[in-house]
Amino acid sequence: MRAFTYERASSVEAAAVAAAQNADAKFIAGGTNLLDLMKLEIEKPSHLIDVNGIDLDTIERTQDGGLRIGALVRNTDLAADVTVRRDYGLLSRALVAGASGQLRNKATTAGNLLQRTRCPYFYDPNQPCNKRNPGSGCSAIGGVTRHLGVVGVSEACLATHPSDMAVAMRALDAVVETVKPNGEKRSIPMADFHRLPGDTPHIETALEHGEFITNVVLPSPIGGKQIYRKVRDRASYAFALVSVAAVIHSDGSGKVAVGGVAHKPWRIEAAEAELPNGARAMASALLADARPTEENKFKISLTERTLAAVLSEAKG
Amino acid sequence: MQFENPATTNPIDQLKVIGKPIHRIDGELKTTGRAMYAYEWHDPNLRYAYGYPVGSAIAKGQVTSIDSAAAKKAPGILGVVTTLDVGDLQKGKLNTAKLFGGSEIQHYHQAVAVVVAETFEQARAAAALIMVDYAPEKGAFDLRVEMANAKTPDPSSEPDSSAGDFHKAFSAAAVTLDAEYTTPDQSHAMMEPHASIAAWNGDEVTVWTSSQMIDWWRSDFAITLGMDKEKVHLMSPFIGGGFGGKLFLRADPVLAAFAAKAVGRPVKVALPRPMISNNTTHRPATIQRIRIGAERDGKITAIAHESWSGDLPGGGPETAVMQTRLLYAGENRMTAMKLATLDLPEGNAMRAPGEAPGLMALEIAVDEMAEKLGMDPVEFRIKNDTQVDPENPDRPFSHRDLIGCLRRGAEKFGWDQRTNPATRREGNWMIGMGVAAAFRNNLVMPSGARVKLDQDGIVTVETDMTDIGTGSYTIIAQTAAEMMGVGVDKVAVQLGDSRFPVSAGSGGQFGANSATSGVYAACVKLREAIASKLGFNSADVKFENGEVKSGNRVVRLDEAAGEEGLVGEDTIEWGDLTKTHQQSTFGGHFVEVGVDVATGETRIRRMLAVCAAGRILNPITARSQVIGAMTMGAGGALFEELAVDTRHGFFVNHDLAGYEVPVHADIPHQEVIFMDEIDPYSSPMKAKGVGELGLCGVSAAIANATYNATGIRVRNYPITLDKLIGELPNVA
Ligand SMILES: Cc1cc2nc3c(=O)[nH]c(=O)nc-3n(C[C@H](O)[C@H](O)[C@H](O)COP(=O)(O)OP(=O)(O)OC[C@H]3O[C@@H](n4cnc5c(N)ncnc54)[C@H](O)[C@@H]3O)c2cc1C
Ligand code: SF4
Repeated sequence: MRAFTYERASSVEAAAVAAAQNADAKFIAGGTNLLDLMKLEIEKPSHLIDVNGIDLDTIERTQDGGLRIGALVRNTDLAADVTVRRDYGLLSRALVAGASGQLRNKATTAGNLLQRTRCPYFYDPNQPCNKRNPGSGCSAIGGVTRHLGVVGVSEACLATHPSDMAVAMRALDAVVETVKPNGEKRSIPMADFHRLPGDTPHIETALEHGEFITNVVLPSPIGGKQIYRKVRDRASYAFALVSVAAVIHSDGSGKVAVGGVAHKPWRIEAAEAELPNGARAMASALLADARPTEENKFKISLTERTLAAVLSEAKG
Repeated sequence: MQFENPATTNPIDQLKVIGKPIHRIDGELKTTGRAMYAYEWHDPNLRYAYGYPVGSAIAKGQVTSIDSAAAKKAPGILGVVTTLDVGDLQKGKLNTAKLFGGSEIQHYHQAVAVVVAETFEQARAAAALIMVDYAPEKGAFDLRVEMANAKTPDPSSEPDSSAGDFHKAFSAAAVTLDAEYTTPDQSHAMMEPHASIAAWNGDEVTVWTSSQMIDWWRSDFAITLGMDKEKVHLMSPFIGGGFGGKLFLRADPVLAAFAAKAVGRPVKVALPRPMISNNTTHRPATIQRIRIGAERDGKITAIAHESWSGDLPGGGPETAVMQTRLLYAGENRMTAMKLATLDLPEGNAMRAPGEAPGLMALEIAVDEMAEKLGMDPVEFRIKNDTQVDPENPDRPFSHRDLIGCLRRGAEKFGWDQRTNPATRREGNWMIGMGVAAAFRNNLVMPSGARVKLDQDGIVTVETDMTDIGTGSYTIIAQTAAEMMGVGVDKVAVQLGDSRFPVSAGSGGQFGANSATSGVYAACVKLREAIASKLGFNSADVKFENGEVKSGNRVVRLDEAAGEEGLVGEDTIEWGDLTKTHQQSTFGGHFVEVGVDVATGETRIRRMLAVCAAGRILNPITARSQVIGAMTMGAGGALFEELAVDTRHGFFVNHDLAGYEVPVHADIPHQEVIFMDEIDPYSSPMKAKGVGELGLCGVSAAIANATYNATGIRVRNYPITLDKLIGELPNVA
């Protein structure tokens, strides 16, 4: 870990100003991802802006009946919130499927969205990695890829986004609200928030440097059966091999996002037209462009089968 | 004391303290954070410096240069010691890979430098500034590819065995099985990382470390540093797990010693978690071929077990075939091991080396064979039980109750509820049961102890035995208490210090039986000293309730000790009983799993182990050993695998996020039953090892349960869902 300077920001404005002043600065919220990466010098900020003092830890109704979730709401609190549990059960279920109780107590809404990949080569600074060190090459290609992505992958990177929460938010059509260092505000739909790796796997989101997440907004409740099914090797405390976040209505229509398969929560709205035709049709539409490796091609049938289980649970 | 004849009645048989469910005497120290682990030693009079290791970025080749200029300018830096600075070092006798020194790189993350600074953070930051240039060489990293070049290892590992004519009997057999099984590289993944503090005083050094074997480490440390063993003082009173990963000297004390010498201060070095799996040892992967031939009635007539594994030059094989020489009857048999050269990190002992991976394969094969014969797998095992060494029928087992374990387990578990493969469903879960035999040899090692009695009537045991979380402190206290006729509250136990008599140490499940026997021997000496001081005839002396009695004379122990106190010291040594009699421990593992019909996730529902392991010295600590081992076997069955990058030669998933070990949710229910038995051939304690038995066979029982649930036979561990998914029932 490199030595760094540190300050506490007490307002969004102060955080923005601090970020604008230092090209190397990073925000720190729960620190559960950033600190680990700093210890390995995968992240090397020279300045940390601690945002935990900013008043963004509440969950409020929006005017149109949706929900505005503060960037600093802890994963534990979000999962346990009565409104979330009642109206957005998918989100609550996805959250409790992630990490461990201790980590969720620290982890924040914004930090969770911005957590970085778990590609093992990304974590080993001796190995070339385009995401960690742009242009150095991708060690995973031709190597150990069991956990890596199968769809939306590129010649430069096969990594997945590891968040569970983000998959649920994608299915729920959440919108990320931000403030740029110059004070400009934006609303970024989840669909556009995370990017595919392309030639620039180190650029993971639509955020600009120093852009600060203030809230995540959920549209008004959409009902339906809300199911989050996370598939993993061990029963708990493991990242998803594949996860399915689904909202299924009684007429068979619905929304589905898949985790563990791509550089972002994977959802193709057009593919949802296939939902009434069953898991196979839906999964083929979702993964039509998949380019798996020999080691991770099982994720294709696993996605289909998990979706089948989710659909039959939704019926039952 | 020479243990040459089977034990007769002795004071241990009183069972006033031995065999009682006594809680760990060091439990309070541990739960209150007062048990000092290696890295935590803190003498306020010393100014510790912090060393951070740098590991090689290549798997094989040469270090051509190391540039530490930038690191030496970093804040707080006190010094840098590189592998080139120290030059070639003599390797410890028990090390295969060298730990430090010289330009040759034998494996990934081999230590190439240690950076010392005022604080840990400064040392870590400076370590990242060290620039190492390498001349990489091509290495061999893929066991499957190197299998063809594998050779018969050194005769000391007994690579080949045979009896009768296997090939003839196998080709004549009515029912046969010929199958290949694989087990992956596994990591010990103990909780406490390898860590040491070295402090020099002139030409003498004191090392606080985390070691299972004090004397082995002390010897190999002295060899590596090129110094006199007498000038090395090693301390390891508390160890946060080892599982074999701390049997042999590791890099951390060596780096700490060089660093401490260079900066003239005591230095702490811990291996960072991401460095442990490639810097230290691991359980090597195996490819195993098993052939079994039987008559239609289930009698095995031919059995063969071959195993291929790899290691660095000079290393040894994973002895995965050994149990097959002893576990089942059969007149015609053979085993063979082949060793390939691999430039991966050093392969070496991990809990139940040999038997753990060997039974992972053998006990699936036996399950498959039972199915081919249309026999219940419990009955098939019972039918092929043997009370003698099958290669040498004149050599009996000292005590063998595999049948008892299997029968008792089957009854307790409800084995008769097992259905045909892939027939039992509960909602989305396919349910199955599996069984496997547990088998692990009972090894014994010489073990010494010193026992002191003082004027307060306190009995103090000193031995360099280690407690790696197993409960050594407690069973040693129980042994001394039983022998001296006091309660455990009157016994103090001091362990893990090289100034104490050399013990068995902790490994190979020999620790408990050997070390308590050493304490027994020392207590016999102390009893004699007390009797002789009091002028008692030692034949009729009784030690009870803190008193010594002879005829109608009764003396309190504190009085007997007097101001100067009394001491007994001895070492237990072993005669021929392990040669004349085969000493082994046995068990039956029963497991029920559910397999998700859609995803193929296998989840354990319940586990039972029935163990026959001689006298159980303390049912609480013994049970902890067995359930811990069952948990380890669950990981081995279902997800533990060091993933090899066969291009670059390293274990890729080298942290605890990537190398998954079981969590609580994986282990819903475990039960352990100990058979009520003693084995007078094993030791004066009549006990045997139990610390590894619980791991032996359990993974195969899980594999067999998965088969019973799904009808899909997976022969390559771990049994992850990708190996099942192609054959699961249609769900779409
Ligand atoms: C062992 C382990 C297991 C885990 N398992 C899972 C799992 O199964 N599923 C899962 O989903 N997650 C898992 N996680 C990840 C965990 O969910 C994330 O670490 C956590 O959500 C990150 O939140 P944080 O607040 O701690 O972020 P931090 O570490 O503080 O920050 C992460 C990133 O977000 C940036 N950031 C933080 N707040 C803001 C803001 N308001 N605006 C702009 N940028 C910001 C930081 O600069 C940093 O780049 C696991 C983590 C660990 C360590
Ligand atoms: S897959 Fe992506 S993260 Fe992994 S090594 Fe390749 S570039 Fe790096």
